[in-house]
Amino acid sequence: MTFVVQQTLLFAIPLMIVALAGVFAERSGIINLALEGIMIMGAFVGVYFVRLMQEYDVFLDAARLGNYWTLQGLELLAMLVAAVFGAIFSLLLSFAAVNLKADQTIGGTALNLLAPALVLFLVRILANQNTLQMQVGDAASWFMIKKSTFGVDKNAQWGFLGETFLNKVYLATYICILVFAALSVILYFTKFGLRLRACGENPQAADSLGINVYKMRYAGTTISGALAGMGGFVYALTATNCTANGDVAGFGFLALAVMIFGNWKPLNIALGALLFGLFKCIAAGYGSIDINGDGRFLLAEIGISSHLYRMLPYLITLVVLSFTSKKSRAPKAEGIPYDKGSR
Amino acid sequence: MNKGKTLLNSDSSRKVFASLLSILIGLAVGALVAVIVGLSKENIGIKGIWDGIRLILLGIFSTGRDTVGNLTWGFNPTSWGNMLFRATPLIMTGLSVAVAFKTGLFNIGAPGQYLMGTLATLFIALEIPSETVSPAIIWLLAFLGGMLAGAVWGAIPGLLKAFLNINEVLACIMTNWVAANMVTWLFDISNLKNVTEGTKTGYIYKTTFNNVATSKMGLDKLFPESQVNGGILVAIAIAVLVYIIMNKTTLGYQLKACGANRFAARYAGIKDKRNIVLSMAMAGALAAGGASLYWLSGNTEFYWITYQALPAAGFNGIPVALLALNHPVAVVFSGIFMAMLNIVGQQLTTLTAYNEYITDVVIAVIVYLSAFSLVIQMWLGRKKSKKGGNDK
Repeated sequence: MTFVVQQTLLFAIPLMIVALAGVFAERSGIINLALEGIMIMGAFVGVYFVRLMQEYDVFLDAARLGNYWTLQGLELLAMLVAAVFGAIFSLLLSFAAVNLKADQTIGGTALNLLAPALVLFLVRILANQNTLQMQVGDAASWFMIKKSTFGVDKNAQWGFLGETFLNKVYLATYICILVFAALSVILYFTKFGLRLRACGENPQAADSLGINVYKMRYAGTTISGALAGMGGFVYALTATNCTANGDVAGFGFLALAVMIFGNWKPLNIALGALLFGLFKCIAAGYGSIDINGDGRFLLAEIGISSHLYRMLPYLITLVVLSFTSKKSRAPKAEGIPYDKGSR
Repeated sequence: MNKGKTLLNSDSSRKVFASLLSILIGLAVGALVAVIVGLSKENIGIKGIWDGIRLILLGIFSTGRDTVGNLTWGFNPTSWGNMLFRATPLIMTGLSVAVAFKTGLFNIGAPGQYLMGTLATLFIALEIPSETVSPAIIWLLAFLGGMLAGAVWGAIPGLLKAFLNINEVLACIMTNWVAANMVTWLFDISNLKNVTEGTKTGYIYKTTFNNVATSKMGLDKLFPESQVNGGILVAIAIAVLVYIIMNKTTLGYQLKACGANRFAARYAGIKDKRNIVLSMAMAGALAAGGASLYWLSGNTEFYWITYQALPAAGFNGIPVALLALNHPVAVVFSGIFMAMLNIVGQQLTTLTAYNEYITDVVIAVIVYLSAFSLVIQMWLGRKKSKKGGNDK
């Protein structure tokens, strides 16, 4: 069970936070198809930041002395840097979409092309190979919270909750959950959130009440970029052992799917991401999932091909969608450049 | 009225100018990146930067380096032939994306359709024994079978969009990954895995193993020592066919009407749902046709463990279509242009300290600019009318 929960969270958390990134952009009226590209950018910047810090000998002493809590600080800093660069990168999209009233789908596609190209180009120049890794050590030895982090013996028994949520986890996971909750509250219970949503539904009406639609759309897309950049680094940290190779396995697009799946609402998105994460977890580790703890691996014994398990997350999404899509409702003004003169 | 002037001011020439301007800016950005990186790395140097810039702009004319280490230039038939070979699938996926765009749909499902085309084509081309059936017939069956498989796969998101109101982008992303897994699965249980060439694992036989390969149609005489074959001519013919369908037939008119305004089209008596499905099926067939032509060439072998990554040829159809502003004939040129950049990237990797990804940056910048090509067109128009001063 511990394995299932941890694996599910591993896939679900980046999806959830990046899907929320999509919500902030689309609720303000901008289709952010560039989530994938921004994630790739964030993953690269975060990993490169960690690498730079190591090159300049910052934090190396902390690692040598086993001061794991200081290293958590490095992790947080890297998340922050990834978020900042994600936000900056997303400005390319908002500039095209807001100021130049360009086609947002095309703008997003351009960013999706630009990010892996730029990242792979730089990685090849920097590291002379196609993957950028940490200079010293890896994510598991530097950033993972383990029993030894708390100064407890490796073989100590912590019970189910402790083993699942405190052992072999990343701080980033919990930060993401907190950020997700905080931003969902902001979107629904603050003046800013209300105004943002108004710009995605009826920008003309919002404008007539004195809201600056352009600014709001910039705000929405920038928050979106920051979240996607952070999500990209979290994915790189937790799922690929803190490496960047200009690819996030389509997670940006999947996050887009989760967003539509969750009907542009944070709570539904969280549930959708968990569902998708669960099936991804089954696909990745069906051979070692022990459901009721009797030492038998039921899913492996049924004898269904592993290919089918890998297909399941996508098939299930399509099936669930075909039942729920009639009720699905996108923000009304999304994708339409706001023009003050039009009615 | 001066005829030359009207030509310059016409809508379509403005579009061409806008595209050319995008290309120039894109190449300039690529050169700029080369300069910045070159200056920040001490192992490249001024000569390296200058070589890099010249290759980015004119790499298709590169013939390598001479004994002193200077770049040499001239007509390089291998590069040109390979460019045409690589342009073939790009033209097809570009057409696929363009047709869907005309109907107001964003076909991000081209990678999945491309994979399904690969699957059907390779199975047909390799499973029918060429001892009993003529290779030409097998070729035709494999090509049509591939397109049919793509049409079915493309129709799925179309059906979901038309009847269940599922966003086509979402449905396409899901079907892409389903296709990637399904292709891996079916090849895994097939007997087509290449076991005779022991050093290679994970590859499917080339179609030449069954004596099925696209005819060269004399192109190998023009471009010796290259991978070029008749596939490029087939792709160009299909592009012209798509142009005729989209612009000269009722079907094309209906598709475009649905793209302009689905509900207005329905009001005018056009079956919008049928047209959405049809458009996606056409798009799927075209993308899959690209895969068929690529693998039927017999030049390359398919890596079948593809469930973790989608083929780039599918996604690259998007920039090809965008650069061509979704015009089927222009897609031929933008496809060849993209393939040229691809060759240029190869030259950069082999001849300089730079690598091929710099040309991907160029493509991305061009696509970014094409997002507001309308703004550029307006700007061009304004400049022209100031100069001419007579088109009020």
